[in-house]
Amino acid sequence: MQELMVVAGSREIHDDDVVFVGMRLPLLAFQLAKETHAPHAIGIFENGILRDEPADGILFTMGDNPNLEGATWATSMLDIMSLLQNGKVSLGFIGGAEVDRFGNLNTTYIGGKERTQVRLPGSGGGSDIASLSKRLVILMNHEKRRFLEKVSYITSPGYGNGGDWRKKNGLRDGGPSAVITTKGVLRFDGDTKEMMLDSIHPGITMEEILENTGWDLRMAPKIEKTKSPTRSELRIIRKYDVHGFWTRGDLSLQSTFD
Amino acid sequence: MDIRLIRCHSQYSFLRTLEQKVFSTKEAVSRFIEDGDSIAMGTALETAIPFAIGHEIIRQGKKDLTLVGPISDMFFDQLIGSGCVKKVIAAWVGNVIMGVGYNMRRAFETGVPRKIEVEDHTNFTISLAFYAGALGIPFVPTKSLLGTGMMSGENPFKQMECPFTRERLALVPAVKPDVAIVQAQRADEEGNTHFWGGSGVTKEAGLAARKVMVVVEEVVSKKVIRKDPNRTLIPGFLVDAVIPEPWGAHPSPVPGYYNRDHEQYIAYHHESRDRDGYLKWLHKWVLDVKDRKEYLNLVGEERMRSLSVKKHRKSIPVDYGF
Repeated sequence: MQELMVVAGSREIHDDDVVFVGMRLPLLAFQLAKETHAPHAIGIFENGILRDEPADGILFTMGDNPNLEGATWATSMLDIMSLLQNGKVSLGFIGGAEVDRFGNLNTTYIGGKERTQVRLPGSGGGSDIASLSKRLVILMNHEKRRFLEKVSYITSPGYGNGGDWRKKNGLRDGGPSAVITTKGVLRFDGDTKEMMLDSIHPGITMEEILENTGWDLRMAPKIEKTKSPTRSELRIIRKYDVHGFWTRGDLSLQSTFD
Repeated sequence: MDIRLIRCHSQYSFLRTLEQKVFSTKEAVSRFIEDGDSIAMGTALETAIPFAIGHEIIRQGKKDLTLVGPISDMFFDQLIGSGCVKKVIAAWVGNVIMGVGYNMRRAFETGVPRKIEVEDHTNFTISLAFYAGALGIPFVPTKSLLGTGMMSGENPFKQMECPFTRERLALVPAVKPDVAIVQAQRADEEGNTHFWGGSGVTKEAGLAARKVMVVVEEVVSKKVIRKDPNRTLIPGFLVDAVIPEPWGAHPSPVPGYYNRDHEQYIAYHHESRDRDGYLKWLHKWVLDVKDRKEYLNLVGEERMRSLSVKKHRKSIPVDYGF
C-alpha cells in the first residue's frame, strides 16, 4: 500500500513544480516523478539543498551525504524557507499524526496542549510548508484515531473551520489539495473547504474508509478507483528504497504514537 | 599572565586573534558552558550534529540548560534523558527515521528525569529567531505561524498589522543564545571555519550567539582558509574555542568525512523505549567512556571504515587571483 501511496503522490507532481520534498514516502514520490512524467521538477530540502536530479545513493534523511553530491545549490534553511514564503514553491508534502475534516494537522500534542496524552516531535518545517506552499499534499495512515472531526491542536494549518478561515487569519492562499491515505485519496470542496473522498485504493471497501474516518465523510460526485502502480513504477521505487525501509517495513508512516 | 585571561576581560576583538583558542572537548565544555546557559546545537539538522560535545556536557553534569535548535535528530533526546535540560526551544524533537524521542515524551508527560519546558517553533521561526539575533533587532515578521496552536500559550510569538500593507503578520522574537556549537569540517587555529553542505541555521546561530565553539574534523593552516574565503561560514574573530575532534559528529554524517550511521539511530530508538534501557545506553556510550577516543573504540574500526567516504567528489578550485 505504501508503494501505491508513493505513486499517487508522484502523480501530484507536475513537470514545472518546485517541490518541497521532505523525507520518506514524499522523497520516493519525487524520485519516481523525476524518472517518469516530471523530469524538470526541482526538489528543495529544508536543510539547504536544492537538486534537480535524484541522489545517487540511498537516503534515510535529507542530510545524508548523497543528497549533497550533485546538488545545484547548497545553502541555508533561511534561504529555502524564504523561497517558500516568497511564493516560489509550488508544491509541498507533509505527513501528520492527526488530521481533521478541514485538513488541519496535529503533530505536536495528542489530546491538546492543556491535557496532553502524547507529546509528539512537533512541527519541524511542516507548519511552514502548510502555511506557505501553493499546493499541499498530505500523506496519512487512514485510521479512526488519526482522522478526527476536529484536531485538538493545530500544528500545520489546513482550512481551519472551513470557508475563508485562512484569509481571516492572515494566511496566504494555498492549503491542502489532496490527502493520500492508506485507503484512498481525498480532496477538498472549493467553497466549504471540507474534505471529500475522491478515490478508493484497490482492495479497499467504502465501509473500511467510513469506519476509519471520525466524521460523516462527504463524497465527491464521482468516486474513482486509485490507479495501481505499474510494473515500471514499482521497479523505480524499489531502486530507491532497496531494502524496503520505507515502503515494505512497518515504519513508513510511523511518526508518532508508539 | 595567561593570555586567555586577557580575552575574558577584554572587549577588544582584535585581541581575540592573539589568544590560544584550541581546546580539547573536555576543556572547552568545562570552560565555556555554564549551568543555566542557552545553547544552539544541531544547527545543520540531520548533518554534523555535535554528539561529542553533547556527551561531554552530560559527563560533566551541566545543569538547567536551554537547548535551542531546529530539529534534533536523537541528540536533544539524549541530553533530555540525562537530566541536564531545563527547557527546549525547537521545531522538532525526536529521531528522524524512527519517529518519537522517548526521553522527550517521558520528560514532558511524566517529568522523568525532570520536568522540562518546551517552546514550540517551526523550522522557519527558529531560522528567523536566530536571524533577528544576528541582525541585532528585536523581532522579524513572518506569514507562517498564523492560525496555528503555536500562537497561543506560553509561546513568545505575537501578531501585528503591517503598517505598510495592512496585512496580518506573526512576529518572531530574536533568540541570542549564550553559546552556539558549530560542527564543521575544518577551521584554522583562530576559528575561521570552513563548512560545506546544507548549513541549516548554523551561520545565523553563530552570528547571534554570545560565545561560539567550533568543533572540527581537522584544524588547518590559515592559508587553507585564505585560499577559499567563500567557504568560510563563521569568521574567526567571533569564535571562542576551536575543538579538533575527528568523528565528533558520529553517528550523524559530515560531508567529505563520513556517512550517517543509520543503525545507531535505530538501535537507540529501541533501547531508549523505557527508562532502564536508556540508562543502559547512557552508561555504555557516554558515562562509562572517558572521551571520544574510547567512544570510537566502541564503534569499532570496521564500522568506521564502512562509514567512511568511498566515492570522492572533489570540487574544482576557483581563481581568486587579481
